[in-house]
Amino acid sequence: MKNILVARDLRKTYGENEAVKGVSFEIKAGEIFSLLGPNGAGKTTTISMLSGLIAPTAGDADIAGHSIVRDSLRVRERIGVVPQEIALYDDLTARENLTFWGQMYGLSGGRLKTRIAAVLEQIGLSDRANERIKTYSGGMKRRVNIGVGLLHEPQLLFMDEPTVGIDPQSRRAILDTVKALNTQGMAVLYTTHYMEEAAELSDRVGIIDHGKMIALGTQRELAQQIGGRETLSLHIGDDQNSQALAEVVRGLPGVDQASAMDHTVSVIVASAAEALAPVVGAASANGFRIRGVEVTEPDLESVFLHLTGRALRD
Amino acid sequence: MPKSLLIALKDLTLAFRDVGGLLLMLLAPFALTVGIGLVTGRFSGDSSTGLSQIPVVLVNNDDGDLGRVLVETFASADLADLLEPKTVTDEAAARAAIDADEAAAAVIVPAGFSTAIFEAVADAPSIELVLNPERPVSAGVVQSIVESLLSRIEVGRVSGQVAVEQLLQTGRITPDQAEAIGREFGEQQAGTAGSAITIRRVDVSGRAAEAFDVLTIIAPGFALMFLMFTVTNAGRTIIQERLNGTLPRLLAAPIGAGEVLGGKLLGIFLIGVAQVAILILANGALFGVDWGEPVAVIALVLASAAGAAGWGALLAALAQSPAQISGLGSALMLIFGILGGSLGNQIALPDMLLPVAWLTPNYWGIQGFAALGTGASLAEIAPDLGALLAMAAALFGVAIVAFRRRGLV
Ligand SMILES: Nc1ncnc2c1ncn2[C@@H]1O[C@H](COP(=O)(O)OP(=O)(O)OP(=O)(O)O)[C@@H](O)[C@H]1O
Ligand SMILES: [Mg+2]
Repeated sequence: MKNILVARDLRKTYGENEAVKGVSFEIKAGEIFSLLGPNGAGKTTTISMLSGLIAPTAGDADIAGHSIVRDSLRVRERIGVVPQEIALYDDLTARENLTFWGQMYGLSGGRLKTRIAAVLEQIGLSDRANERIKTYSGGMKRRVNIGVGLLHEPQLLFMDEPTVGIDPQSRRAILDTVKALNTQGMAVLYTTHYMEEAAELSDRVGIIDHGKMIALGTQRELAQQIGGRETLSLHIGDDQNSQALAEVVRGLPGVDQASAMDHTVSVIVASAAEALAPVVGAASANGFRIRGVEVTEPDLESVFLHLTGRALRD
Repeated sequence: MPKSLLIALKDLTLAFRDVGGLLLMLLAPFALTVGIGLVTGRFSGDSSTGLSQIPVVLVNNDDGDLGRVLVETFASADLADLLEPKTVTDEAAARAAIDADEAAAAVIVPAGFSTAIFEAVADAPSIELVLNPERPVSAGVVQSIVESLLSRIEVGRVSGQVAVEQLLQTGRITPDQAEAIGREFGEQQAGTAGSAITIRRVDVSGRAAEAFDVLTIIAPGFALMFLMFTVTNAGRTIIQERLNGTLPRLLAAPIGAGEVLGGKLLGIFLIGVAQVAILILANGALFGVDWGEPVAVIALVLASAAGAAGWGALLAALAQSPAQISGLGSALMLIFGILGGSLGNQIALPDMLLPVAWLTPNYWGIQGFAALGTGASLAEIAPDLGALLAMAAALFGVAIVAFRRRGLV
């Protein structure tokens, strides 16, 4: 299938800080591509370069056949952007916001009206369209924020962590919207630090950390990278120090990586059957009370853990 | 519609939805105008109920044509509703009538006035206009009648022909008079240049007796003072939009950065225009302030808003945060208000500070509005307009360079 986006060795340096250190990837027409990475990984910086907001220090990307460096205006006409932070005018209504942003994307007259009606339908806000944004809940604002990016029916939509800080219901609605858009043929670049979102949505996933793409492929391909390993999740009591337990477990034979999050320690092991006894034994010997153990197939979280030794959210 | 204009109109809409901002943009200057108007007695006496039967005392010591024309003009049928002229022979009686508030103004034509004018003597005596400070509006009307009459004669004298048609059209003189005056002027034409006709205004109480309508100074004064709030507040939105992500979002849309900046700067200007225009119209509608020639008033509103918007743009280009621009804006509003004359006639402003006053839109704007209020034409306020436009061009220029240099847009 044709590529809608080809990024080649994108770099961005802020003074001493190299925020993005040479990122390359492709997005095929009509696919959902997730950029998965922890805070500060360089997701927003990458999207900002691709959407023409900041110039890359080095490297380039072609979007729909146009260079983001040399032909930024053409690129911007063809992409939709949903910024991480809600970027709307609080004192305008949803309809007025959509009208203004539609005009900024060159829409007018009947087509603008039709598109606004369609987008309002899509984000489920047709009945509240004439209320000012400032009276909206966080989830409703997020939906309008997304709607703005859809008005001109772009071939490629950039969505930067669109579900951060909202209730589960709105989150569900947004994920469903993304899938619906994709069914209609829109390619989506979706950034997140929620492994489950990337897992649910994506055709392909790029895992980014410290400005570098550390893994790239379909979910199946990524799982294979950790070579048939399994994950043991150890659940411990509230009064127990999960970091300390991860420390204890890490050195054991057969253990690849271990990381702590809340009251769970995730341990990547070559074989769950062989590692279970020594891991639980070492925990008990060091005074930890294990409340439960789960064995799971490798997922994106374990891929990240395997590659970095850290949890996605730590 | 160009995208910059759409951005500017969006900012205009937002400005008028900000209730707190509106209080300062419109309510504060309006309330202060009304307050000061009350203190100066603008709303008592003769001004608010429409003008009619203005008592005028005329003293004609001239034995030539000009004195006669002036007296006849005041007594003409056209002006019968407006004026109630009374001719006396005694100057002292005329002055007494003013002091006793029996007349709004006294017009004293000195002996030998016509001869002096026709013969273009060097120190021609002036017509003396004694205005009653208690009735500034009525006195202003009398003054403007005398001025317009004299300026018509002056035009004729200098050019060698009386503005016969004008005088006739307005019924100021009869055809016979016109002919006589025209002949005499024609004879005296050679060797005269410059204005020989002057009016000497007499300040009766020590207050500004030449004030036409105090509101033509007070209302623009406060409007222009709070215009500084408006433009800095509008400039602040540039920084605010950068922080809340709408400016980056605009820059990620298919628009040139220059268009975005242009739209934001145009927005500052439009909001300023709207504010001043509303205040001017409101004062006109509610208090019957006569602002003067409409085209000139519009030009002055636009130029004032442009000059002030330049300051708003500059602050936005230099400030680091919304809070900083608010602080600087308030300071500038007060400083410009004091130096520029918004808070009174540049109260004892030392000469040294006058050039600083020239940097304020308030100074030129107030001067322009005051001139228009006393009948000045577009051409006559050209220097004020020029100063305001030059200010706008310079400030916008510096602001744009600063925006670019800081990479803000
Ligand atoms: N304008 C800037 N100036 C300096 N450093 C920056 C700037 N923008 C981002 N950075 C740095 O670049 C790195 C990557 O930031 P970026 O915002 O791209 O991460 P992210 O993956 O989007 O993180 P998050 O999940 O928190 O949104 C961080 O170290 C950040 O501090
Ligand atoms: Mg980010």
